[in-house]
Amino acid sequence: MLTARSAAPRPAVVEPPPAVSRPRRRRLGAVWPYLLVAPTVLGAAFLLVYPLVRNTVMSFQHFGLGELIRGGATWVGFANYRTVLDDPEFWTVVRRTLWWTGINVVLIMVLGTLVALMLVKLGRRMRLAVMSGLVLTWATPVIAATTIFQWLFQSRFGVVNWLLVKLGFDSYRDFSWFAHGGSTFAILVLLVVWQSVPFAALTLYGGLTTIPVELYEAARIDGAGAWQSFRLVTFPMLRPLFALITSLEVIWCFKAFTQIWVISEGGPNGATTTLPIYAFQIAQSLHKYDLGAAVSTLTVLILLAALVFNLRRMFRQEGTL
Amino acid sequence: MTALTTGKAPYAVPRRRLRWGRLPLNLAALFTLAVSVFPVYWMVVTAFKPAADIQSDTPSFLPLHPTMAHFGTAVHSPGFGTFWRNSLTVTLSAVLMSLVVALLAAFAVGRMRWHGRRAFILMVFIAQMAPWEALLIPMYVIARDTDMLDKLSMLTLVYFMTTLPFTIVTLRGFLAAIPVELEEAAQVDGCTRAQAFRRVTFPLLAPGLLSTSLFGFITAWNEFAFANTLIIKNQDARTLPVWLSSFSNVFGTDWGATMAASSLFMLPVLVVFLVLQNRVTSGMTAGAVKG
Repeated sequence: MLTARSAAPRPAVVEPPPAVSRPRRRRLGAVWPYLLVAPTVLGAAFLLVYPLVRNTVMSFQHFGLGELIRGGATWVGFANYRTVLDDPEFWTVVRRTLWWTGINVVLIMVLGTLVALMLVKLGRRMRLAVMSGLVLTWATPVIAATTIFQWLFQSRFGVVNWLLVKLGFDSYRDFSWFAHGGSTFAILVLLVVWQSVPFAALTLYGGLTTIPVELYEAARIDGAGAWQSFRLVTFPMLRPLFALITSLEVIWCFKAFTQIWVISEGGPNGATTTLPIYAFQIAQSLHKYDLGAAVSTLTVLILLAALVFNLRRMFRQEGTL
Repeated sequence: MTALTTGKAPYAVPRRRLRWGRLPLNLAALFTLAVSVFPVYWMVVTAFKPAADIQSDTPSFLPLHPTMAHFGTAVHSPGFGTFWRNSLTVTLSAVLMSLVVALLAAFAVGRMRWHGRRAFILMVFIAQMAPWEALLIPMYVIARDTDMLDKLSMLTLVYFMTTLPFTIVTLRGFLAAIPVELEEAAQVDGCTRAQAFRRVTFPLLAPGLLSTSLFGFITAWNEFAFANTLIIKNQDARTLPVWLSSFSNVFGTDWGATMAASSLFMLPVLVVFLVLQNRVTSGMTAGAVKG
């Protein structure tokens, strides 16, 4: 119920009523629905199914710059997958991608929950102010945000270095954040978390306002503290919402491309190369489209668990189709 | 007081203790507010600061000598008008296409009974989850094969398809909220089915169409990965996100101009967010917008 309430901008979708039937026009009328969905089906066939098929086919072919220009790719079976899976670099990237996703999602969920709990407790005006701030963050386009973060962390005149020096960390004078793998990774995490917390916090806040006050009263009478009433009342009540946000964030963080590509292109020294970046680099910079396609397919396979989970949720939420 | 305003935590706490007890909470709120607003504030302030103030060892946090010079630099930088027009053209055509196509599909799904309806809805849901980032490579190869590389039309088609599934799902929801009896009444009064839809349902659907298309607008306007992959040689066909990402080639180390350009890019999105307001949360959960 909670998910349906806070996650759907739409009312429950009911079965369409039986068509107003006019027996004479029945035959013609039967074609209409198919004509109406035809553009959608065609679009999906050419712009979604075909690229997916093409990607899969390419991952089983030898497809380099030559084949891109002249055509005539040859079938090589699982050779590309063997090359990719035998490369220790691939497994480093997979591990890094899992770390990247894990760190981001944990931070987003913890901070999002804390902000949501804080919003509930705030007075009306302060809450409105904080919520407006969160929406502003949210509205910031990814590209604008990446540009801003590059300016914030600029080595010479960046405001972050100035603040750190002011606070007594003198080693940060003219520190170049984007020259080191660790600090670049940290800034990217900061950027993604900064942009994603508003969604988690506002959605959870929406859920929190639906929990009846009586439950908290009962918990308090039974002697529950703040942590216990969160663990025994809030969390169980919002479990579906937590699951939903977590799975969405897992998908979004796992396939994050723009932020990483714009800030570091996966560098320095590959320290921020995650799977989507890795696939793109192999294909576009090395012109090994076959290996890139294989990595892309593997990426989708790894993501599949989260995707299927979400699909099931969408179906449940829809109820009857 | 608190209990009244929040509808929660009905603790009978004496007033004096309450105020001091709330201090850490309000400090945390102020901190959250500062962290969420500061980067955007810093962008705007930098855009209005004269170059001397930007390149100073102690940054000033207020625009004491506001100037429009950086906006001038950004607007007059080569190609700015073209990229702005490209972005607008691609975004608007993609959103309009997906709105029309989705409206047809939503009507078929919401108002008609036919074989394959469930399968179609399933397909739309799957398409909504499509991992587009994994399709950059085949899209590039397909665009190259079909001579669509470096063309805005290819980008438009891709954005049309990325926004379409969400548009169908949302429009179907809005359509379901409009009682079918209204259409039936119009048909009893002598309208054809198409007329009944156009004269009765369509006007009621207008707010739904607006907010759905605004979500599509944000998605397409902000998109970077495909714009970066499909537009390579023809620099005149670039869109704003790609141009903005290459600011160091355009402006060098002119952070004032970069932040001005960034602000100009963000402006339409901000306006859209203001129009949508509280519908944003629900739309995002439905999988509408996210980089």
